[in-house]
Amino acid sequence: MTMQMAMFGYFGAAIVISALFVVYFRNPIYSAMSLLTMFMHIAGLYVLLEAEFLAGVQLLVYAGAILVLYLFVVMLLNVQGRGRFLQKQTPAVFALGILAAIEVAALIFHTRFYPELPAIPHPGVPNLGNTETIGMVLYTQYLFPFEIASLVLLIALVGAIVLAKGKLKFR
Amino acid sequence: MVPLSWYVVLSSSLFLIGLIGVLIRRNIVIVLLCVEIMLNAVNINFVAFSKYQHVIDAQIFVFFVITVAAAEVAVGLGIIIALFRLRETINIDEFNILKL
Repeated sequence: MTMQMAMFGYFGAAIVISALFVVYFRNPIYSAMSLLTMFMHIAGLYVLLEAEFLAGVQLLVYAGAILVLYLFVVMLLNVQGRGRFLQKQTPAVFALGILAAIEVAALIFHTRFYPELPAIPHPGVPNLGNTETIGMVLYTQYLFPFEIASLVLLIALVGAIVLAKGKLKFR
Repeated sequence: MVPLSWYVVLSSSLFLIGLIGVLIRRNIVIVLLCVEIMLNAVNINFVAFSKYQHVIDAQIFVFFVITVAAAEVAVGLGIIIALFRLRETINIDEFNILKL
């Protein structure tokens, strides 16, 4: 039991428990707060996996922006957790969930994960930091998808404003 | 070193929790939160494989997944607000206005 394994155990247990609470809580605000805990522990897991830049992005974008948007909408709608937890679901839904669980478990048990890890490619290349490497690859090899991503964000921005604005008046 | 299979087990169980949440919850905000859980499960898998295979491209993919998640949240919450104006509820079962 190394230190890394202990850290993984802590982060993994926190992630799974807070994800369960997201599904369990009846009040959407509690769910969103529990999702915040999950995002933070996932950022910790990214640090454990030596992806420091993604850990920062996870905290800034997910915990900082997306979750605040959720909280704004929950408070705007002001719907308390009324109604029952499970409402008129068909049993097929539960059967589907159990089927998915069995399928995933079977896949994991029948997969052989690397018995030994692959060697590091290009041993002569100087080892850059995580952020530098991502920047190098993102702005050279993945420049076109990066621009497309900005277009996706622009369209989402316009679409969200148009949808939330209410009655459209076309003239 | 943590075995890769642990990360795969963690991310698949997280994905299952999100999937079951989407299936059993009727509150549309919580359904969107569960979609976020599923996206994060995929991201954990990407980053774990990126470390164990020594390729950085997977982390770029996570970057794009986060971008698309942000766009999805913006549009999804806009739709929720529009639907709430129309129906005064956030229960998915009430949203059947596309039905003939």
